[in-house]
Order: sequence, then structure tokens, then C-alpha cells
Amino acid sequence: MNWSWTVFFETIPLIAKGLWITVGLTLACYLFAAVCGFFWVFMSRIPSKIVRSIFGWIAEFIRSTPPLVQLFFIFYAWPVIPVVGVSLNPFVAAILGLGIHFSTYMSEVYRSGIESVDKGQWEASTALNLSTRQKWTKIILPQAIPPTIPMLGNYLIIMFKEVPLASTIGVVAMLHIANDYGSQYYKFVEPLTVVALFFLLLSYPSAILISKLEKKYNRKFDKKAVTS
Amino acid sequence: MGSLPDIFSTLVQGLKVTLLVLVLSIICSTIIALVAGLSRVSTNRLVTGVTGFYVEIFRGTSLIVQLFWFSYALPGLFNIHLGSDIWVAVLAISLNYGAYMSEIVRGSIQAVPAGQTEASIALNLSKFQRMRHIIIPQAIRMMLPEYGNYLIQILKATSLVSLIGLTDLLYYGNIYRSTHLSDSPTVYLLLLVMYFVIALPLIAFTKKMESMSKKGVALG
Repeated sequence: MNWSWTVFFETIPLIAKGLWITVGLTLACYLFAAVCGFFWVFMSRIPSKIVRSIFGWIAEFIRSTPPLVQLFFIFYAWPVIPVVGVSLNPFVAAILGLGIHFSTYMSEVYRSGIESVDKGQWEASTALNLSTRQKWTKIILPQAIPPTIPMLGNYLIIMFKEVPLASTIGVVAMLHIANDYGSQYYKFVEPLTVVALFFLLLSYPSAILISKLEKKYNRKFDKKAVTS
Repeated sequence: MGSLPDIFSTLVQGLKVTLLVLVLSIICSTIIALVAGLSRVSTNRLVTGVTGFYVEIFRGTSLIVQLFWFSYALPGLFNIHLGSDIWVAVLAISLNYGAYMSEIVRGSIQAVPAGQTEASIALNLSKFQRMRHIIIPQAIRMMLPEYGNYLIQILKATSLVSLIGLTDLLYYGNIYRSTHLSDSPTVYLLLLVMYFVIALPLIAFTKKMESMSKKGVALG
């Protein structure tokens, strides 16, 4: 057994520096995915059936292929494509790649939220002669989004755990620092354990928080569903 | 400029490893999920505690970190060598997804309405009979759509094994790209399409299970 506490404590501050990059990147990817998610929802509501199914398949394609390959596509292949291709820095590539991948998941969450809004609400807003814009911003979305908050939170945790993929295209976050340290001193055990501990330290409390939130919202919205 | 068949024939060499890791991981993670999921609904505090600890550790850390840990740290720490790298990959993926999937097993067993348990007690069924004939057949139906989703997740996770040096689809893609830079869009698009083709049966399975899951399950 080759465990050294000195190395363990020595790597903590090193990797803690990467922690903020990981967290920042997670938030950036999440924001991008959250906004892009609306794009897929919008596309799935277009009246034309052909357009709908085309975008449905594109979303399915993005959702069921590995994010790592998508990341490589954006980072390595995109710059080579003539006319549209531009070189991206690793951060931007990671935000785009992971953001687009997860936007297809976010759109499913939004869709489930929108579908859970009672049919009477749609009819009532039509009866009240609300414009499409008013209907969405005043009636549908305020009811559709809050119940999905726990699910959205879950995806934040899932993304946090997917962000280390970015180390493969050269984003110097926790995992990258650990691997660098490992290959420099040939000590992988301690830095990798520190990385795992940091992940656990952040994601476990968040998961507990989310499940508390979920219980709270379930109570709140189930009641509503019964009375309506 | 390489032609499409040229690129394809290079990538196809990695298909075997990808499929092998996929199939082995699916088998192992399913077994782990069933065992861990059933243990978590057990009445023995020790059993639920140990599996709970396992599940939280593996769900709380990232798969890619676990993969590196198993492949670099484990041999250094305990001098354990798992033989080939394939088993390292399968172990990491199975333990990770086994933990996630055990939560579906637990969730669906707990989602079977309490009336079913009460009725089977009233009918004087033993604890084993209750599980075997009443609870599990209903719980399995509820598990299947989510299970299908996780199979697709496992497929996506197999692309990570190229990072620890296994020669899978992505590995050959990267090799080809390093020598034919101008072909990289074709290489990665072709890779994505290949992964999608492997995913198609899994997607179809999930969709079918979604429509089947409602049948034969007690409501309320």
C-alpha cells in the first residue's frame, strides 16, 4: 500500500484551485443548456409535422451519442470545416459541447412541465382573449417551471459530474491538475482521491438539498392538482 | 484526403471493444443494481447502511474520475492489477451505473402501492412469495423505461474508455484524426452516426417499455 498523507495534503490546495474552474464551467454550461433547452421546446411546437420530427430526431441524435465525441467534434473538427469553421478556445468549446448536449435533456424537463399545466388553463387563457405572448409569460410558464425546479437541480449536479470531460480538450480544472501532478511525480493515488473527495463534498450535500426541495414542491403542487 | 470507406474501415476496428465493454457493463451493472436495490429496501440496518454508502459514493463522484482512479490509483495503492484494461473499464462503468440503477430498483419497489403489500399479508403469503409474486412483477414494469434510458447512458459512457487506452471506436477515430487532420469533421461525424446506430435498438427498447410499463400495475 503506497499511501502518503504528505502528498495528500500537498495536493489539496493545488486541486482546490481547479475546483473553482470546474464550478464556474459547470454554471456556464448549465446556463447555456438552460437557454438552449427552450430552443428545442420551441421547435417541438412548430405546427409543421415534418419540421417537428426533423428536430425531434436531431435532439434524439444529440442525446444518445457520447458527449465526449461531440466535444472532440467541436474542438478538433469544427475549425477544419471550410467557411463556418473557427478555432475555439477549450473553455468555449466545452461550454458549447456540453451545453448543447444537455440542452436536449433540459428541453425534456421543460416539456414535462408544460404538459403538466392543466388543460383548463389553456382554454381559460384563450377564453380571456390573451395574446400568445401573454398566455405563455403570464399563465403557462409561471405554472410550468416551478414544479420542474428539483429536476433542473438534478441536472445541475449531473452536469457538474460531466464537466471533467473538458479536461480531455485541455481545460485545466481539477482532473487535469491531478493527472498532471500524477504524471510529473508518478503519484496518482492521492491527487485522484482528492478530486473524488471534492466531487463528493459538493455533489452529496446538493443532492440532499434537491431531494428536500423535491419533497417540498411535491407537497405544494400535489395539493393544487387535487383541488383543480 | 481519405475516402469515406477508408475512414470507416479504420473506425470499425474499434467496434469490437466498444460492443464488448457495452455488453459486459450492461450485464454487470444490472446485477449490481438488482442486488444493491434489493438490499436498500431490506430491513437489516447494516445491509442498507453499507449499500447506501456504496451508492452515495459512486453517485457522488464523477464516472471519469472513477475510471482514472481505477486505472491509475488502484494498482498503485493496493498493488491490484485487474488483468486487462477492459475489466478496469467494465468495473468502473458497472459500479457507477449500478449505483444509479439501484435507485430505480429501490424507487419502483417502494412505488408499488402499500395496498398490494397489505393484501398479500392478508392472503397469508410469505415474505418471499410477496416479493416474488406481487411486488417484483409490478416493480419491474415500472423500472424498464428508466432502465432503457440508463442503457443509452452506458453506451455513451463507453466512449470514455479510450481515455485509459482501450482501443475502442473513439480511439481509432483519434488515431485517424492525428494523421489526417483535414478529415476530422468526417471522422467525428461518422463516429457519432456509428454510436447513434448502436443506440437505435436501445432507444426503441426504451420507447416500447414506456408504453408497456403501465400495463398490469396497480394504481393508487
